[in-house]
Amino acid sequence: MKNTFLARNPSVLVFILLLAVITLLATVFSEAYGTGLLPTNYVKILGKTLCLCLIAIAMDLVWGYCGILSLGHFAFFGLGGYMIGMWLMYARTEDIVIASMTNAALPPTPDEVRDAIGTQIFGVVGGSDVPLVWSFAHSLPIQLALVVLVPGLLALVFGWLAFRSRVTGVYLSILTQAMTLALSLYLFQNDSGLRGNNGLSGLQNIPGLTDAPQSVLSIWFMWGSALALGLGYVFAAWMVSGKFGNVVKAIRDDEARIRFLGYSVEAYKLFIFTVTAVIAAIAGAIYYPQAGIVNPAEIAPIASIYLAVWVAIGGRGRLYGAVIGAALVSLLSSWFTGGQAPDLPLGFYTVQWVDWWQVLLGLSFVLVTLFAPRGIAGMFDRLVRKDAA
Amino acid sequence: MLRPILIAAFLIATSPIFALAQDSSAETGAASVSEEVIVDATPETPTALGPLQAILQEHRNEVAKASRRTVDEVIDAVRAAKLPQGLTFLERWGDRELWQREEDGLFFFTEKADGQDLTLIDIDTGEAVGTISKGDIKQLKPNSGVRTVIASSLVASQLEDPDPARRRQALDAIERRAEKEHLEPLRASIETEEDPAIKARKERLLRVITISFGQTTETRVDAIRSFSQDLSLDARAALNPLVVTRIGYSEGEPEGVNVARTLTPGKDISREVAYKLLVDDEKAIAARTRAERKAALEANIEDGTVGGVPVSELSSQEARDRAYSSLVDEGKAPPFVTDETMDAELAKYTFYEAYADSNAEVTTAAAETLDSIDQYVGLNRFFSLVLDGLSLASIYFLAAIGLAITFGVMGVINMAHGEFIMIGAYTGYVVQQIIPNYTVSILVALPLAFVIAAAAGIALERLVIRHLASRPLETLLATFGVSIALQQIAKNVFGTQARPLTSPSWLDGAWVINDVVAVSYIRIAIFVLALVFFALLLFVLNRTRLGLEVRAVTQNPRMASSMGINPDRINMLTFGLGSGIAGIAGVAIGLFAKVTSELGQAYIVQSFMTVVVGGVGNIWGTLAGATMIGFLQKVIEFFNPSNTLAAQTYMIIFIIIFIQFRPKGIIALKGRAAGD
Repeated sequence: MKNTFLARNPSVLVFILLLAVITLLATVFSEAYGTGLLPTNYVKILGKTLCLCLIAIAMDLVWGYCGILSLGHFAFFGLGGYMIGMWLMYARTEDIVIASMTNAALPPTPDEVRDAIGTQIFGVVGGSDVPLVWSFAHSLPIQLALVVLVPGLLALVFGWLAFRSRVTGVYLSILTQAMTLALSLYLFQNDSGLRGNNGLSGLQNIPGLTDAPQSVLSIWFMWGSALALGLGYVFAAWMVSGKFGNVVKAIRDDEARIRFLGYSVEAYKLFIFTVTAVIAAIAGAIYYPQAGIVNPAEIAPIASIYLAVWVAIGGRGRLYGAVIGAALVSLLSSWFTGGQAPDLPLGFYTVQWVDWWQVLLGLSFVLVTLFAPRGIAGMFDRLVRKDAA
Repeated sequence: MLRPILIAAFLIATSPIFALAQDSSAETGAASVSEEVIVDATPETPTALGPLQAILQEHRNEVAKASRRTVDEVIDAVRAAKLPQGLTFLERWGDRELWQREEDGLFFFTEKADGQDLTLIDIDTGEAVGTISKGDIKQLKPNSGVRTVIASSLVASQLEDPDPARRRQALDAIERRAEKEHLEPLRASIETEEDPAIKARKERLLRVITISFGQTTETRVDAIRSFSQDLSLDARAALNPLVVTRIGYSEGEPEGVNVARTLTPGKDISREVAYKLLVDDEKAIAARTRAERKAALEANIEDGTVGGVPVSELSSQEARDRAYSSLVDEGKAPPFVTDETMDAELAKYTFYEAYADSNAEVTTAAAETLDSIDQYVGLNRFFSLVLDGLSLASIYFLAAIGLAITFGVMGVINMAHGEFIMIGAYTGYVVQQIIPNYTVSILVALPLAFVIAAAAGIALERLVIRHLASRPLETLLATFGVSIALQQIAKNVFGTQARPLTSPSWLDGAWVINDVVAVSYIRIAIFVLALVFFALLLFVLNRTRLGLEVRAVTQNPRMASSMGINPDRINMLTFGLGSGIAGIAGVAIGLFAKVTSELGQAYIVQSFMTVVVGGVGNIWGTLAGATMIGFLQKVIEFFNPSNTLAAQTYMIIFIIIFIQFRPKGIIALKGRAAGD
């Protein structure tokens, strides 16, 4: 069985190997465990990029394999970040509050600690009570479970509603975009209980690990991200290569025909939609402790569209394509917008990439859709096949 | 202009003055004064003095060193003499134009003469009576309090001033700050009023001030009741102070107060709040809240223990309660007030809400009238809501109709549609930079925006969308690429700051129906524009050859093509039409919203919603969708006015649920036309 799986997915071994090599190299050159050639900042970018690759795999599953162009998966990503962020923020604030109360005349009661945490966290939005949604924020296991449950449940309910009324194609894309917009607008409110547009911050400080410097934490998180990505890749490859995968791909190609063959198309779609939402949420839960802050702007519809862009540029329907697209575009994007890219003098006009990167991205996206509908991975495939032939 | 009005707003005058003021102003015609009268009026002064001068000399000190307390005396005296020049004198005195000769204490007006000299003007006759050096005469500068009193005494006479502007000024002054003394002169001035508008205003104002200052309860109640259908703010402002309440309590039945309602602790008033009232008056013990008890504990720490309990153990409420009760036993703290004792204390008293005004008939009438006004205001708010919804719907209609047409005909969603709106808005901005006349520039901008946006749309269709036929999802993403590129280009060209698109002055302001309902002219114009385009599109699609072909391609492109219609050409033309209308919508939106590169983004999702809800490829569907979404948004905002974000969230959730029941929109294509 193992053999057949690998035989059907030759890319898995290569991918795992490459991933391990990259992560090891980064560790060897890191500040914490190696020569210090690679600054902690870059380690963090690498770790975050691995998370983005993971959500790109989820997007590829739902769009590239099942044909559902979801413009809402970044919302699940953000929700995962919010869920883990609640614990990070609460537990850290609790430590700070207890430390500051040791000098008080009377030792604090649990209620007093809770009130002080409430004031500390929600002071910025003019509140002092800990809202109901934070009921479990003190417990890491419960919040970890919520990382999976909340986005999973949202995807389940939304998907059930959407698929049972046979909303398909462009309509479904618009509907998922509406869901994302509704969620981000909801989180933007101050009384949503999640600190409005301030979002959750200070997530890079891990409670209980306050002594560990960021350079060490960044390496750990990079390994965590790499592990999650590797597992996600294997899982996705396993899912799409079996019989299940064939049905899913068939749904993408001709939904009506599969329905007539007796398959419950809606159940398959719902399953894929929910599972990918959970993968996205897990990716988000690993991403945001490295990013340090999660706010509603991250969930805005545009982010989900970019996600689709990555997958399209990388190549849909190929898991490594999604990974290539996400890594390439997000790294290029941070290189260009970070101001490191050299200006391009044209004589009459100097192109500053900070201003023109978006234009380049938009146009290259149009070109890719027009001339290379299978993305970078498609071109790669063509090369390989030419060599074979 | 403003100062005398403001001064008059702080009127302190007496009613006889007003009555007299009318007499004297009535006699203004007979200006000349006979010398004999003076002698009779003031026998002990020299005959050279005019009658007014004589009166003032009697009150020489009060005039020269006028204070707020004494000035009434002077005004009364001047008024009592019923002299026509009295009014002029009061006005000029208030304007600091009165001078006193130091030599004999006589009062004069002055005019500038040669050099340092001043021409003396007799205050009675208004004639020049000589010159004087500036050093020998003193200008009187009454302080602002005195000037206020003087101005208020003038209001009554201004009410009957022959100049309508002055009469309106006087009414403004009363409206700003009414006094009891205004009631009678105002009533008296109504009969002789000739200007119907001012007369109506006077009558209304009389009723407003009767509410507060009417002499009998019946007149006040009548005045109050007369406002039950009135929406204006001044009526409510006059009524509201009457129904101000405060919370009080009494042992047994409340006496000597005008009770609005009695309050049951725990129901109408929280028990804690009621108890706090008692504590504040020291009628009950304070040891109620945790913070209060904690303070008592902290005050009694001895050798690391409180009441025998070690401090380190006090990290739970239970341990703290134990320590506190031992403190109580030692008599070091007041007993803890349990819920039972609190209820027992509260039961001793009757809590009530009492009106500040002691007249029960008036307060009842005021409360009822305010209720009735509130209902009427609610009705008008609803009407206003309908207008708001209509206006928003017309904006959504304009923004979405182009999208709906292209979606219907070609089955593709154009994500760059928002950027065509933006292109339209920037076209308007650029045209205004070239043509300074706003009216002309708008008239030029509208067709130009149509042409430019349509050209951009046709280019997009030819270069991108045509090549992606039958791949709708990829079209969506490709047009999204165009969208971000266009947005960034606009940002690079026009900068990130908002550019103004100024509306012509005849679109400024609003059509004010009453104090609650008002619609800005821009919104009316946009509504008209939406109607025009609705009619135009209906005509084009249903009555022209092009429309026939468009409908044919919408229903079945292959069949249409076999009938000799060129779907390629139709696609291009529809795309151009849809994009052009987006450009027009951009100009319209730019008139009330700031033009930025993100302008299109703000409307694109709502436009999608409109199309999805309304149904594809049908103008009536878009109209229905826009109406529904516009009204829905306004209704949700109405129920939750402080939170427009929540309103949008709920609206989107509602739409997601709505799609469950009508997956193809309100107006769906039926039969073979509906085939994918």
